[in-house]
Order: sequence, then C-alpha cells, then structure tokens
Amino acid sequence: MSSLNKSLLIPLGIFIVLVVILAGGFGLKDPHFLPSQLIDQQFPDFALSELNDPSRELTADDMRGQVALVNVWATWCPNCLVEHPELLRISRDEGVPLYGINYNDDPFKARQWLVRHNNPFQFNIVDNKGKLGIELGVYGAPETFIVDANGVIRYRHVGPVSRRTWEETLGPIIELLETNPDGIKG
Amino acid sequence: MIAELGHFSLILALGLGVCLAVLPSIGVYRRHEGLMRLAGSLSAGLFVFLLISFSCLAYAFWDDDFSVAYVARNSNSALPLQFKLSAIWGAHEGSFLLWTLIMGGWTFAVSVFSGGLSVDMRARVLAIMGALSIGFMLFILLTSNPFDRILPVFPADGADLNPLLQDFGLIVHPPMLYMGYVGFAVPFAFAIATLTTGRLDAAWARWSRPWTNVAWAFLTVGITLGSWWAYYELGWGGWWFWDAVENASFMPWLIGTALIHSLAATEKRGVFKSWTVLLAIFAFSFSLLGAFLVRSGVLTSVHAFAVDPERGMFILAFLVLVIGGSLTLYAIKVSGIKSEAGFDWTARETMILANNLLLVTAAGAVLLGTLYPLIYEALTDGKKISVGPPYFNAVFVPLMLLLFAIMAVSPASRWKKTPRETLRRQFPALIGSLIVVASLVLAFATEVSVAVILIDTLALWIVANLVRDLWSKVANKVAKLPALFQQTMSYYGMLLGHLGIAVTIAGVCTTVYYTEEKDLRMAAGDVAELAGYEFRLNAMRQIKGPNYVADQGEVEVFQEGRSVVKLYPEKRFYAVSKNVMTEADIDPTLFRDLFVALGEPVGDDAWAVRIHYKPFVRWIWFGGLLIALGGFCTVLDRRYRAVKRSRQAAVTLGVAA
Repeated sequence: MSSLNKSLLIPLGIFIVLVVILAGGFGLKDPHFLPSQLIDQQFPDFALSELNDPSRELTADDMRGQVALVNVWATWCPNCLVEHPELLRISRDEGVPLYGINYNDDPFKARQWLVRHNNPFQFNIVDNKGKLGIELGVYGAPETFIVDANGVIRYRHVGPVSRRTWEETLGPIIELLETNPDGIKG
Repeated sequence: MIAELGHFSLILALGLGVCLAVLPSIGVYRRHEGLMRLAGSLSAGLFVFLLISFSCLAYAFWDDDFSVAYVARNSNSALPLQFKLSAIWGAHEGSFLLWTLIMGGWTFAVSVFSGGLSVDMRARVLAIMGALSIGFMLFILLTSNPFDRILPVFPADGADLNPLLQDFGLIVHPPMLYMGYVGFAVPFAFAIATLTTGRLDAAWARWSRPWTNVAWAFLTVGITLGSWWAYYELGWGGWWFWDAVENASFMPWLIGTALIHSLAATEKRGVFKSWTVLLAIFAFSFSLLGAFLVRSGVLTSVHAFAVDPERGMFILAFLVLVIGGSLTLYAIKVSGIKSEAGFDWTARETMILANNLLLVTAAGAVLLGTLYPLIYEALTDGKKISVGPPYFNAVFVPLMLLLFAIMAVSPASRWKKTPRETLRRQFPALIGSLIVVASLVLAFATEVSVAVILIDTLALWIVANLVRDLWSKVANKVAKLPALFQQTMSYYGMLLGHLGIAVTIAGVCTTVYYTEEKDLRMAAGDVAELAGYEFRLNAMRQIKGPNYVADQGEVEVFQEGRSVVKLYPEKRFYAVSKNVMTEADIDPTLFRDLFVALGEPVGDDAWAVRIHYKPFVRWIWFGGLLIALGGFCTVLDRRYRAVKRSRQAAVTLGVAA
C-alpha cells in the first residue's frame, strides 16, 4: 500500500476525534453521580422569575439561611409525579424548606401541574431555557440537591425521591448539616 | 409462552444473521457459487424470524400480557387498540426491535430486487447487511430485551403509554423514520461491497440510486410527520426545536440529500466516485450516530430514551467497528483512483459539487451544535453550556439561502458544460419573482420584512425555473401532452422534490415572520381579537374519553362578524399515568392555521387560553410530502423496469436454448 493517499485518512481522523468526544462525553461520567467539583461549591448565581409570580425575581440569596432541598422538576417528567407525594410529605412533616426549579418546561403547563397535584415548594425558579439546569449539571429531572445555610451544594440525588431516600440519605445528611455545619465533606 | 417464542425467534434470527454474514463471504472468497447463492434464502429466513419475533411482541400488547415488563410499562388494558399496537415502538426496547425488523425487511428487499446484480456482488451486499443485523440483534438481546418477564408477581394492569404518544402521528412517525435511517444501510452496503471488490466503478451508483432515493423519501416523510406531530401535540405551536433528537434525524437527511445528488453525477458522468462512496458511508454513519445520541443518554433531550450507559457503550463500540472499519477500508481501497472526466464551471457537475459542499457543511454545523455541549464540557473541565436555536439559525440559514439560489439555476444546467445563454435565461425569472412577491407582501402583509421578500422570492424563482424547464422540454414538440408523458419519472421526481423544497421554504419563512399569538385569561362569553379574527369562548364542559377525562372549551371564531369555525381545545387528564395533556384544536386551511390551546384554570371559571394565528404553516409539511413523493417517483422510472424486463428476457432465452 505504498500508494496510500494520506488525505483519504482525514475522514477516519475526524471520526476518531468524534469517538473520543462521545466516549469522553459519557464513558467517563456516570450519570448517577455529580461531577465531584460541584460538591462543596456555591450554588450557581442566577436571576430568574418565580413561577406563580413572574414579577418576582429570585436569586441564589433567596436560598440562604437554612439547610434546604432544591428539587429539579418538569411536567414532562413522569418520575417527578412519582416522587411528588414524598415531596409533599417532606414539606409538610420535616420542616425543611423545599425550593423547586421548573426545568426546561412550559411555565403555562407547570402552573397547572402544581394546581392539579398540589404545591410542596416555597417558591419555584422558572428555568424554561434550561440555563440554570446546565450550570447545575442536571442530566434530567427529577434531581434533588441539598444546599446548606451558606448556599453551598452538599449533596445531589438523581432520580425520584422516595421515603427510603429520605430516611437513609437526605434526612441524615440534613440533620448532620443542621447540627454541625462543617461536619461532612464530599 | 408467546413472549418466549418471540425471544427464541430473535435468537434464531441472530443465528441466521451470522450465517448470512459468514457463508456468502466464504463463497465469495472461495468462488463457490452455491455458498454465494445461499445469501438469498438466508435473507428471507432472517426477515421471517424477525417478523415472527415482532409479531409475538405485538401479540403480547394485544393480549394485555402485563407479565412482560415492557408491555406493563407501556400499555394499559384501557388503551385503545391502535395505541396498544403503536405502543410496541413507544419506548426503547420495542422501537429497536422495529428498527431491526426494518433492517431485515430491507435486506430481504435487496435479495428480491437485485435483478441486475452479479451473484458475487449480491452475496457481498447481503453479507454486509447481515453483519449489520448481527450488531442490532445482539444489542437487543444483550441490553434491551423487550421480552423480559416480571415474574412471579406481575402488575394487574399496565402503567399506560405516555399520553403524548397516544396519537396518530406516533403510530406512523417512527416506522417512517426508521425506514429512512435503516434504508441508508443499503447504499452503505453497496459502497462497502464495491470497495471490497477493489473495482470502484460507476455501476454501484446505478444500483444504489433507487434504494437511496426510497430510503431518503421515507426519512423525509418521517421528519415531516415528526414536525407536524410536535406542532399539534406538544401544544406550543412550534414545529421545529433544533432539539438533539430532531438533529439526529436531520443530519442523515442532509447527508442523504447530498448523496442522492452525488450518486447522479457518479452514475451519469463517472465523477466524484470516491466522494460518493464516502457520502454513502457518512449517511449511514449519521443514522447510527443518531441512534447513539438518542439512546445512550449522552445528550439530554425532551424525547430521548432512558439513560443507560451500558447501551451507550454497546452502540459506541458498534459505531467504532462499523464506521471506523469502513473509513479504514475506504482509505486503503480508494487510493490511486482519480476522477477522469473534466467539466466546465457552468456544468451540472459544478452545481452538484456546490450542493454537496453546502449540505455537508450544514450537516457538520448541526453536528457541531449538537455535540458542542460535550466538547465544551471536556475542554473546560465540566462546565456545561447549551447551544440553542440562535446558533443553528445563524449558521444554517445563510448556507441554505446559497443552496436555494443554486437550486433555482441548476435544473436547466447540462452535464460537462452549460451554454452561457441557457444560464442567462435563468435570471429574468428572478426579477419577475421579486416583483410578484414584493407586491403580494405589500398588498397582504401587516408589516413589510426584507427577509420575507428575499426568501420567498428565492422560493418562487425555484418554481418559476422548474416550470420553464418543463416547458422548454415540450415547447418545440407538436404534440405537447404526449411529450409530457415522454419525460422520465426521474425527471418528474426531481421537479416534485425541488417544488417541495420551494413550498417548504415559503411556509417556513412566512410562518416565522407573520405568526401572531396571545396568552389570555378567558371566561365563558369573553372575546379576544387576533390578526383580524375574533375568538369567543362559548362554554367549558367536562367530557370523558376511553382512558381520560377532559375539560373541553368551545371557542367560536368570527371574521368580520361571520362565524368561521368552532374549535374544541381540551385539557385531558389520563387517569392511569396521571398525566395532564394539552390537546390543542386547530382550524387548518391552505393559507393559515387558527390554533387554540387551553392552559390551566385561573379561578372564577376562567381559563388561561393560548391562541395562535399561523399563516402558511401547512406549507411546511405539504412541501415535505411533495419532496418525499419526488423521491418515491424516481424509482418508477422506466429504466429500472427495463433492467427487470431484460433479465426476464435473458431467462426466457436461457430456457429456450
């Protein structure tokens, strides 16, 4: 094959680069864990409107002061409906503030969804362009973050929250953070 | 039992697939004609067992067999029958079984309609298709088996099909789309088979053309249906979102469009031989890449299937094997081949080259936009961004405008060299189109937009030149009507395809610039005004469907005091899956759609209501169907039947001798 024309290798070269990107894009990351660099980082800055009161602008400061749960949800996400009863229970029984991020959704539909299924959230951040979700590294809905009193992300849960998730993970972490704010890392 | 039978058939089909990939190849290698001829019956067997397997899954849905996990997740006893059956491809596992069945169908079709092929070539092509089927079947059996049972305790009833998918659009959209995706495996197999022979001549282009045109036409129908479905079913009035999944179907379409043009040049003039092979590889590669993007969870999208890294890894490995392998083969085998025929810059070859460059650039730009979030994340150590419609529109639209200008001039062009005089004659129609479009816009449009005038002028210019070209072919004939019938179906296919593009351009551009919409709060008796129409909410009522209950509004639309239509938008609540769905109601006419969707109740018996006025929106899909019709037309061309006839003649002669 002495006559091999080097330019014919260009498509193959491009393809190899593409494979590296694709493999890097997903082989190296397990979608069920947060990239470690976001843990113990400040919740990203944002300025977005509130779902039921579009005139109100929310920022990261609105989440400070208390350990809180931040839940990413959408009307197009069936699992959000699955976890919804548990979120309602947490907001009713556990005394932890619950904030919603309405992710990549139609605000119009989202408002009705909350009317239909009840609203466990203290407020809902309208992220209909998905920008905040991207900064948070959201892979899809539902995802739930624990944010401490200083607005630092301490834990991320991917997938629906069940009673068991609360009892085994979210509840104990929140309790620990409330009693001893610097007690856990990672 | 039936589900196990389906599973077993699939395993048997895999066995046949392995035989199809291996035995004819040995035959080719050893020049053993008997082994080569096995390819035909093995293809038939492969298809039959895939069909049995698919029918078993269909039976499980029809029979409400909720012990099959896939059925339990995607169906329900209250689901209407047509949706039970379309639920087969409502999620990942079943849709991939459909994909594989279609692969089997194309393989079988090639084995049946391979009249002009030598035994050797037919064996090579079918063996390659068999090898591809192995990958698809292994993928199902190893990672996504739709026949898995939930035993011993299975649910009494199913979780129901996602209401978004309970719709006519979804019954037909995926099969059409897959016919296109998988259909590109045929030109791919022809290209690879030709590379393996080492004789890269124009013959493979002649064999591939009808297959490519049909696959491409199916893909066109699939994309058109998808866009139409998104428009009326998602309830936002949008028809294209530059979503990763849409892009996954659009990239193969762009490459496929380049391919059908480039194949013509290769067949007729023997030019671009190696480039056309590369495009054939690309078209199928983009189809596989689309499958990877949709099913691996690399990119999040509204209509992506469930995230599963294991499946993603499998498809990625398959991609590396198939695409990497074929590109390597390409690099080795194409060396030393030179394009022999020269051509003038006015030649049809030049225009096809420009068409190819623009389309491939466009596909590359879409690919970059789709993958950019991944690249960015890798480069910046985990920062995430998204690329939205602004990027795609900014890159895509200028490329397309250039392409449309070439489209307007090209039908009259000639191979090798177009007379300057012929080229010059293409331009007066541009001035005429500009005048017509500008006066129409000035007369009817609420505001004058230069972009609309520019783009619609291009569309009209394309049409005017098509008409002129057809006229020039019959003008000097005495009998004009018979002369029309003498034109080939390929020529009419081209006319229809280009006409369809022009219709779609006009639709897209006019809709984008002149849509009007309002979000309102309305109670019974309220009237809203939009684009010269008055919308009155007459009443709200509750209705009950087979598997849902709904609030239904009656909205009467008036124009200048006359009642035009009554629309009944619904807000449906599906009891089993607990999903709420907006069912918009639309009054479609040729020149405008009136679109009403219900939002949520906002108290005091009032509802949030969204109304749209969308001019020319139908043209987008009507144009899409015309394009597809053009693609289907080309296979009716006499010369493909002529091949069959001459073969029959040969057979008869053989018998006589």
